[in-house]
Amino acid sequence: MGIIIDKNTRAIVQNITGTQGTFHTKLMLQYGTNIVAGVTPGKGGVQIENVPVYDAVEETIKPYSPNASIIFVPAPFAADAALESLSNGIKTVVVITEHIPIKDTIDAMAYAKQVNATVIGPNTPGIITPGECKMGIMPAHVFMQGSVGLVSRSGTLTYEIAASLTRNGLGQSTCIGLGGDPITGLNFIDALKMFAKDPKTEAVVLLGEIGGNLEELTAEYIAREKYPKPVAAFIAGRSAPSGKRMGHAGAIVMGNAGTAESKIAALRKAGVGVAEKPGDLAGLLKKVMSR
Amino acid sequence: MKLFEFEAKTILAKYGIPTPNGGLATNTDQARETASKLKSPLVVKAQVLVAGRGKAGGILFAKSVDETVKAAEKILNMQIKGLPVKSVWIEEALQVKRELYFGITTDRFKQSYVAVASATGGMEIEEIAAKSPEKVIKTPIDPRQGLRSFQTRQIAKKMGYTGNQISSLGRTFEKLYAVGMDNDAELIEMNPIVETTDGGFAAADARIIIDDNALFRHQDYKKRLLEGESELTPQEKEARKNDLAYVKLDGDIGIIGNGAGLVMATLDTIQYYGGKPANFLDVGGGASSETTALALRIVLSDPNVKALFINILGGITRCDEVAKGILEAREKVGVTKPTVIRLVGTNEQEGKRILTAAGIHVLDSMEEAAQKIVQIVKEGGE
Repeated sequence: MGIIIDKNTRAIVQNITGTQGTFHTKLMLQYGTNIVAGVTPGKGGVQIENVPVYDAVEETIKPYSPNASIIFVPAPFAADAALESLSNGIKTVVVITEHIPIKDTIDAMAYAKQVNATVIGPNTPGIITPGECKMGIMPAHVFMQGSVGLVSRSGTLTYEIAASLTRNGLGQSTCIGLGGDPITGLNFIDALKMFAKDPKTEAVVLLGEIGGNLEELTAEYIAREKYPKPVAAFIAGRSAPSGKRMGHAGAIVMGNAGTAESKIAALRKAGVGVAEKPGDLAGLLKKVMSR
Repeated sequence: MKLFEFEAKTILAKYGIPTPNGGLATNTDQARETASKLKSPLVVKAQVLVAGRGKAGGILFAKSVDETVKAAEKILNMQIKGLPVKSVWIEEALQVKRELYFGITTDRFKQSYVAVASATGGMEIEEIAAKSPEKVIKTPIDPRQGLRSFQTRQIAKKMGYTGNQISSLGRTFEKLYAVGMDNDAELIEMNPIVETTDGGFAAADARIIIDDNALFRHQDYKKRLLEGESELTPQEKEARKNDLAYVKLDGDIGIIGNGAGLVMATLDTIQYYGGKPANFLDVGGGASSETTALALRIVLSDPNVKALFINILGGITRCDEVAKGILEAREKVGVTKPTVIRLVGTNEQEGKRILTAAGIHVLDSMEEAAQKIVQIVKEGGE
């Protein structure tokens, strides 16, 4: 179980012939992900790690019935690649690419919503259901099968937290990187809704950061819906100055909006345990789980 | 990337949005020449990329050409928030009846652009929203339809307008949307857009922030961002050219890490233990020794840096290679400042051995390492 991807996922890799695409295809295959085909326009007919490569997503549909795609396509063409998968009926699309123009992302997301598809990213490390399927670039060894759902706006901070959960015996049901861009497909509330329904997930960890007000809206949702599972969180960027982008396109405090303080206060008000520093999160989660 | 007011207004005018007649001046001779072509009274405005120039005295009114020249001289000799003013925009003063706000920004939750309007303009929209949220009119924009005429008329109506003014104000909103889309603006606003005493509308001030990720479609802007006058410091430009994310802060502990979230959490942890980060620097995944060397150079170019903290979570990257890269980079750059490294991931034992042999403090946890570096700085060295 877990959410969005599992052992029944049949994935294609878009731009499988690029350096990153090829490298991570190998690692995903090693993890056990069922990669049925790759796509790179103009490279149809070759094989990468024994995976057949096609010129277009359409050509992979009949022979393999893929139900998920992971995108390593360069930023200027990545939104088009996402639309290609979505137009061909693929309902789960993971966009690893960073630096996609926001206008292109907005266009792709509007179509994703129309066809009821799940987009993870852009600018995400991907998603992993430990022990079943990995669609992403994360180091697999820090994750362990278990019952904690993890949803994050970050990459390496997710690995940091996952490793500490694993060290503390807290395995994970599914870990999702939402992506570091201002506009992403999936958001915290979407993930929380799915984790609420997943019988394997017993508690949820949220890793937020400065910028926007999604954490505040999430806190409102948790309070309003009396969220049925314990939630713990960490918010990065307390030390960030206003008006400066902290690495991620989405990590920016504008005036007084989007500060870590505002997010932490909103989450605490909703009953979410918020860790002071990353190392405290696993202990805090154990505490909220035993309540 | 931020555009100057004069750049933004020039684009708006090109799209047919009324803006006051005006011209740019970088010295008093130019100011006199520009002013004599315009109809007094005039407004002289500092062209800087930071907010709050009005409060800093960077906007002056002038009744004659001579007054304008004096005002321009005064402003051109000013610094606003530490930045020297290199040019002024001189324009005809509007006969203001009412100041309004109109802008287009992104709505993260709705995953779309949103038009934001208010019948109260002239101050920051966040301020308006905080003081009187009921006055803020938000209209989500479906990207497949764009901002339509009927929507802009509804906005104008909600702002209190009637008759012909509904359409004439609405049309300026539609045009602004077109400017925003054509230029990949992540924020575009007319603040204020002014209703003049004759019932017309004009953009008295305009702000455009271009999406940095779309600069490949706007090479002229990109060139100015990286080589001309822009909001980036020289170090930030150097970092940006090499795909590093660097932000200067005001502390004394230099920070290098991989991954934006991890680096932010590192700064927070240092602050938690009473230290002050000098910068944010994300080297990204799988950084080579060349990239690490460049990162070290950029961080150490800040004279306030007393010690270095490197926090690398080697995911798929092997720690022994990271360790070798750091040593090579230190040698290339000639680092003498005390350094604490936190290195975990694949092959971490070998990585630690390499670094410890070179006399560098290597620790396992981010917390321990942060405490160590804070202690080193407090004690004033090793």
